[in-house]
Amino acid sequence: MARIELKDLAHSYLPKPGGEDDFALKTIDLDWDDGGAYALLGASGCGKSTLLNIISGLLEPTRGQILFDGADMTHAPTTARNIAQVFQFPVVYDTMTVRDNLAFPLRNRGMQASYIKDRVQQIAQMIGMDSQLSRKARGLTADEKQKISLGRGMVREDVNAILFDEPLTVIDPHMKWELRTQLKQLHREFGHTMIYVTHDQTEALTFADKVVVMHDGRVVQLGTPEELFERPEHTFVGYFIGSPGMNLLDAKIDGNMATIGSHQIPLGAGYKSPEGHTQIGIRPEFVTFTTDASGLPVQVTQVEDVGRHRIVRVGFEGNTLCAVLPEGTPLPEGTQHIAFMPEQIGVFANDWRVTPQTGGAS
Amino acid sequence: MDKPQNNRAWFMVLPVLLLVAFSAIIPLMTVVNYAFNDTFGNNAFFWVGVEWFKETLESDRMWGALQRQLIFSFTILAIEVPLGIAVALAMPKKGVWASVCLVLFALPLLIPWNVVGTIWQVFARIDIGLLGYSLGLIGIDFNLGQNASAAWVSVIMMDVWHWTSLVVLLAYAGLQSIPDAYYQAAKIDQASRWAVFRYVELPKLKGVLLIAVLLRFMDSFMIYTEPFVVTGGGPGSATTFLSIDLVKMALGQFDLGPAAAFSIMYFLVILLVSWAFYTIMVNLDREEERNE
Amino acid sequence: MLELRDVSMKVRGRTHIYNTDLKLEPGTMNVLLGPTLAGKTTLMRLMAGLDKPTTGQVLAHGKDVTGMRVQDRKVAMVYQQFINYPSMTVFDNIASPLKLMGKSKAEIDAAVRKSAEMLRLTEMLDRKPLELSGGQQQRCALARALVKESDLVLLDEPLANLDYKLREELRAEIPRIFRDSGAIFVYATTEPEEALLLGGNTATLFEGRITQFGPATDVYRHPKDATTARVYSDPPMNFTPCRKEGGQLIMADGTSAPVGGAFADLADGDYRAGFRPNHLNLNAESDQSMALTCTLGIAEITGSETFLHLHHGDDKWVALVHGVHDFEAGSDITLWLDPKHIYLFDADGQLALPAAYAAAA
Repeated sequence: MARIELKDLAHSYLPKPGGEDDFALKTIDLDWDDGGAYALLGASGCGKSTLLNIISGLLEPTRGQILFDGADMTHAPTTARNIAQVFQFPVVYDTMTVRDNLAFPLRNRGMQASYIKDRVQQIAQMIGMDSQLSRKARGLTADEKQKISLGRGMVREDVNAILFDEPLTVIDPHMKWELRTQLKQLHREFGHTMIYVTHDQTEALTFADKVVVMHDGRVVQLGTPEELFERPEHTFVGYFIGSPGMNLLDAKIDGNMATIGSHQIPLGAGYKSPEGHTQIGIRPEFVTFTTDASGLPVQVTQVEDVGRHRIVRVGFEGNTLCAVLPEGTPLPEGTQHIAFMPEQIGVFANDWRVTPQTGGAS
Repeated sequence: MDKPQNNRAWFMVLPVLLLVAFSAIIPLMTVVNYAFNDTFGNNAFFWVGVEWFKETLESDRMWGALQRQLIFSFTILAIEVPLGIAVALAMPKKGVWASVCLVLFALPLLIPWNVVGTIWQVFARIDIGLLGYSLGLIGIDFNLGQNASAAWVSVIMMDVWHWTSLVVLLAYAGLQSIPDAYYQAAKIDQASRWAVFRYVELPKLKGVLLIAVLLRFMDSFMIYTEPFVVTGGGPGSATTFLSIDLVKMALGQFDLGPAAAFSIMYFLVILLVSWAFYTIMVNLDREEERNE
Repeated sequence: MLELRDVSMKVRGRTHIYNTDLKLEPGTMNVLLGPTLAGKTTLMRLMAGLDKPTTGQVLAHGKDVTGMRVQDRKVAMVYQQFINYPSMTVFDNIASPLKLMGKSKAEIDAAVRKSAEMLRLTEMLDRKPLELSGGQQQRCALARALVKESDLVLLDEPLANLDYKLREELRAEIPRIFRDSGAIFVYATTEPEEALLLGGNTATLFEGRITQFGPATDVYRHPKDATTARVYSDPPMNFTPCRKEGGQLIMADGTSAPVGGAFADLADGDYRAGFRPNHLNLNAESDQSMALTCTLGIAEITGSETFLHLHHGDDKWVALVHGVHDFEAGSDITLWLDPKHIYLFDADGQLALPAAYAAAA
């Protein structure tokens, strides 16, 4: 297990990169603590796979350094990094039995047969495959194979880190639950440093203690799931986290008031008039319907019943906003008034969060 | 039902059916006809039943040719398949050199068979051939016309030169279809080169190798032109394989009846052996899948 | 209208679809929901006419089309993989089915532009598919399906290969796009949430059988049996054995609660209780709520909510509670369950008593 540091890291797929646009990975400085469970979250093309390949040693960065426990690993080959990786599609040795698959990384390192036997048994139990150890891997279902991949990643006790590259893509929703919690359990049990790459926010948030959100080759925020939800540092985080994402509205900011058209919206804190393109952001969970006429007048356009809650889409001043209503609350129709919880409103200037000057906890 | 299914499709196939009928079925029926009759020309036939088959089966000549044929086929398989895999493994995976290699390896496959035979015939000659002459210089008598083992070596080398490319191309295509993730996983597991081959590459190559073995077997079992040009089946009958023997019998001696019987059995043997090959390999596959 | 009458499908002795009857109305969205290998794709292929059923008939507008070739029917299909012609521009891709129909140039142009507009592809019409993002490629495939004005449009997990956020966007758009076309839409998915978001009707599939068919929220709130309830829940529904004695519902651990309403008419005896994870709460919702003591396996935080993976006796449960809670793994916590959220199933898994909250809704 190791602490991983990325220093001034940048990567371009072009031989002679010019401007910033040529870089798939713009400058990145990150520290991954030993034994942490991290998720790397972003849309496809945001550079998360590039970053993962640099950590695993498949790519050499154009610039910058990567350190494992202080030792420079930037140019070290994959084999020298002592990492494990689980891929998007199950990679198993088809002709081997489940047992041999799990034992393979240990045997290649010349471990003692008795140790291998015990360790394989232990891992097989953890992934729930101990009754199938003697089966050939090729006849297994996709999720069983992926369990073996997870197990093979986990089997070495001394790995510096385990990297997961969208490991649940091919898994059915019901199994996703099981595998994800199993993974978390394994993390608790063995304390490996884990880095989990995904575009799926649910997977990222539920798995990781700390989530790194990437957008356009940059890290836009590193935080706990709670921080990402409550205090997104960037409008992209607001949009990307949450389902539906944060409502963003162009607004003029003055002190503790936001102005949209002719409407005034009280904010939870005071702001010095920020420069640039200013917006307020509010999560659908914190939009409420009110009978108070001081609320914002809106037109309900669409209601989606998702079972445990309803997503209500409303039109307001040419924008579409979403509100989330819990199951069982009465359905609003036609013209309504909505209110925002003031302390949950975030203020953004040129897409970045503005820190309030006075008052408010946010 | 509004419309019978596939009606148009059958009409499309009709010309091909006619063509096949003229080019294959009718000649085949003629052969069958010859196999059970004797003729003295003038289209006069006498029914002889299975006489020709009996005669052929009892002749040492046919058994000798079959034995040589089997030795030849298995020898070239034993050389070409491992060699082809090895070459495919050594080839660059992408870039300009990959294309260059592919073109180079495809070349022997584009050369007409009689030309291949001629090339090797000349190559092996002791007076002007590079191979025969240089071997002569170091004291080895490499005379195709007199030395049976020299004839065999030439014929086998020629086939390997001509056909290993096919195995290379098939194996290369198979290797290309293995996702990078498998190699990376193996690297992370610190698998040795041999282990990567044994557990990643070979299992994924199985399908194409089955095809390669089948093709090479069937093809080599029917080999005619090249050894005919190089050795003419000699010295003696040392390299007289089944099809050379057949032609000698049919055209050289004009024994049409026994030749027809021979060719029917020849056809059945190829069918049988190919089927056996296929079944064995597919079954091996299934057994593995069935899990112990 | 598309009707499947006693349709079944067997391949080499294995049944892929058991005898099925299904009627789909024009202008409706019909979602086939079920896990992988439940038979969704097989069913779609039968509807399209790509395969011939082993038994039964497929009727389109009352006419028997069993065995009719797919080319002779107005069917469009969109797959999980983004299938476009790579060498053609987006315009030509969308126009291709119309060209095959031999429409005039002006007609084609108008139709292509209209559907491109709907799918927000107008800007991309001159580009080649491979220059587009995954979401745009799939929009192109959707536009091609739409432009044909088919009677039947089959969508086989069309969003499965897209990023989560793109999926969210297209999921909201698809019902809007197809609402006015008047065709029958069939949409296969493995995700309950997707089925609910798309609305329309849901058919739940499990192991080659349609277990229930009806409006999405109806099937979700009134599952006929435990299988349907399990298929139509994500996170999965919790199950536990229980007993009914008079007006009391007694759980396996002895916790009991009085239940009113239709419960009284139910025969005394053993049942299986089912309830959804979001109905387990950290505080009592009403006076009837039962306190259930569980051991926490692991807690997963989503930012605004927490998933608790629990052990209750021999049962494994999941609770979805509001807010962020970081409980210690292995600790005992009390969760409250209002009996009105409990479905009761009999020994065969058939619904014995619907949850009172759903019956009231």
